[in-house]
Amino acid sequence: MGIDIRKIDEIIESYDKSEESLLAILQDFQHTFRYVPEEGMKRVSEILGIPESKIYGVGTFYKALSLKPVGRHTCKVCTGTACHLKGAHTLTDIIGRELDIEPGETTKDGRFTLQTVNCVGACALAPVVMVDDEDYYEGSSPQDVLKNLRKYK
Amino acid sequence: MDNRKLQSVKEFESYRTKIAESRKDEYPVIYVCGGTPCLAKGSRAVAHAFKKEIESQGLACKVELRHKVTGCQGFCSKGPVVSFGNDIVYLEVKPNHVPEIMEKTVKNAQVIDSLGYKDPQTKKRSASFEGIPFYSHQKGMILKGLREIDPLEIDDYIARGGYASLVRAFAMVPEEVIDLIAESGLRGRGGGGFPAGAKWKSCRAIDSEVRYVLCNGDEGDPGAFMDRSIMEGNPHAVIEGMIVGAWAVGAHHGYAYIRDEYPLAVKVMKKAVEDATAMGLLGRNILGTGFDFDIKITRGGGAFVCGESSALMRSIEGKVGEPRAKYIRSVEKGLYDLPTVLNNVETWTNVPLIVNNGAQWYRKTGTQGSPGTKVFSLAGKAVNTGLVEVPMGTTIRELVEKVGGGIRGGRKFKAVQTGGPSGGCIPESLADLPIDFDSLSKAGSMMGSGGIIVMDEATCMVDVAKYFISFLAEESCGKCSPCRDGLPRMKQILTDITEGRGKEGDIELLEELCEVLSYGALCGLGSSAPNPVLSTIKYFREEYEAHIRDKRCPAGVCRELVTFRIDADACTGCTLCAKQCPQACITGERKKAHVIDQSTCIKCGVCRDVCKFDAVRVE
Repeated sequence: MGIDIRKIDEIIESYDKSEESLLAILQDFQHTFRYVPEEGMKRVSEILGIPESKIYGVGTFYKALSLKPVGRHTCKVCTGTACHLKGAHTLTDIIGRELDIEPGETTKDGRFTLQTVNCVGACALAPVVMVDDEDYYEGSSPQDVLKNLRKYK
Repeated sequence: MDNRKLQSVKEFESYRTKIAESRKDEYPVIYVCGGTPCLAKGSRAVAHAFKKEIESQGLACKVELRHKVTGCQGFCSKGPVVSFGNDIVYLEVKPNHVPEIMEKTVKNAQVIDSLGYKDPQTKKRSASFEGIPFYSHQKGMILKGLREIDPLEIDDYIARGGYASLVRAFAMVPEEVIDLIAESGLRGRGGGGFPAGAKWKSCRAIDSEVRYVLCNGDEGDPGAFMDRSIMEGNPHAVIEGMIVGAWAVGAHHGYAYIRDEYPLAVKVMKKAVEDATAMGLLGRNILGTGFDFDIKITRGGGAFVCGESSALMRSIEGKVGEPRAKYIRSVEKGLYDLPTVLNNVETWTNVPLIVNNGAQWYRKTGTQGSPGTKVFSLAGKAVNTGLVEVPMGTTIRELVEKVGGGIRGGRKFKAVQTGGPSGGCIPESLADLPIDFDSLSKAGSMMGSGGIIVMDEATCMVDVAKYFISFLAEESCGKCSPCRDGLPRMKQILTDITEGRGKEGDIELLEELCEVLSYGALCGLGSSAPNPVLSTIKYFREEYEAHIRDKRCPAGVCRELVTFRIDADACTGCTLCAKQCPQACITGERKKAHVIDQSTCIKCGVCRDVCKFDAVRVE
């Protein structure tokens, strides 16, 4: 998968050239390319004048960033306290078995990445599953969640 | 957009009068809750149905009927919520209810009680805020705005008195504003409860050209969603508070650091900052006073530790979010090592209220040591869950039994967990404790940012401790060794206990590790990490002992120690459990008792949760 270097530059150009913009730029990479590409980190280093080692440090510290491509859809199972009490662990197992992956992994066809997140702040729906940061599903009936997941291609 | 810019306080006042005047004769507004749980339960379809109905009846031009997707209405477990001002509230509204609501309530001002709240005891229904215990026991100082204001319309906020506190604050010298906040007794709502006035005062006292004002919207505590709802539902109140704070301490730049997991909050806050800037309420020469202040929005990166003040500041600087030692105070050396005031979302939202109404008014609510109200996200095993606001000093029992409506499924109330991973569990026997900063700390927990998780008898306290310690071990930044090495070791011990490998002396070892952590860790994440363990050992020691000595989990949670069995007498053969079983290991004929195949059962507990006849036993 080739990365469009112009896209990378476009993102960097849209921010102030200061270290303060680093996290936001990497987040935009993540959003655009579904990961933080090595070429991108190198360009940031050149343009902002930040050592690559520091950028790598930031890139690996924050959970929102990934150095490997994630799937077309991300399925986040909330494991916040309320969700934990209401069976988030089991729900993760069931979804993982359906997709045939462990949390943190991506399906072979690149359709889904399964993640567990600490709390999406929708405790009334516990246990809750969030797909693509937009769609929220109440997970008290795992079979219904699986049915909904099949809609994502 | 520059043409909307208001040049003076006078212009601002007349602009407000103008929009308030133009809204006087409006017809009642239909509020369809746009909070995340309501959206997930289908509030968008309800809003759409209203829109269609309004159009098809030709009401859009004949009567001015405004319909909007507002911020959270609080009663998340009963969404989608539709309300009319502060009078009528309908719960679990479906699109097919809309024609009836239009006909009766909108056109004829009739209340449809059947769409209201059904009291589980008396079976009586009520559709008024007054008549629903969930709402009637609350006091809405902060959340009131969320029920009324369209978060995307700055005019809506201004028409309802928004940004008025700026006018008052600008008429005072900054020191007077600080004294006012100090007098009000406002304490930081982010968890520590540090007096806001004192913080502002020390920041202003430092001799420096540049100071910063920050808003902590990195609400990382699992089980907490107060700040999310405020940012999504009433963003201008947060901004207004920050401007007053900036004026008071003499700051010209501000940042709002918002959690990456809250994309909607980021969007709404960004728009609010843009709109306020376009109106001249932010930016250069605010309302012609000569005072400059701008706000930048920073998205967090999904790291819990960034809710800690010094880590948050490093993260804004674009660095790895590692905290530093506490003896360096951020009011002196904060962001870029310059004097900085950091308050959380809810604290900032309190500021305009105090400036507008005075310190004495504010002190009338709450307790002597903790004035005002507190917003909580009530979650877990209570009947009613959602966003609630009560005066400080309300007891835990009032919150759980009155507002929360008791425990779901008639089970027994066992404990509440407050303060997230830094807090602890408070048992039912202490439920008459008033909720304020000091009494919760005394009981071994803490206020935290306001997540309250209700636990019932089917909650295993060792499992809860393991949950929080695993969470913290995962989120530890790794800078100091007590936290980096201590937490994984504690996790290992707790895992052994829950999996039947616990041994005598484990409890004492945990206590010892807790002591090391609370004295040795660099920041609050590590030093408060013992709370979940110590509080559960203190109040539920016998549960730990049952796991260690009898290899038994009294609550029936720890998978390695339990088996699930269907009681043949209680089972009606409804087949629901068989349908939901992920292993398909439950068999039986319809209307006859079902059986679980123990060889393939993974002990997930779905069968127990779905059973309507309480026929699944855990042994």
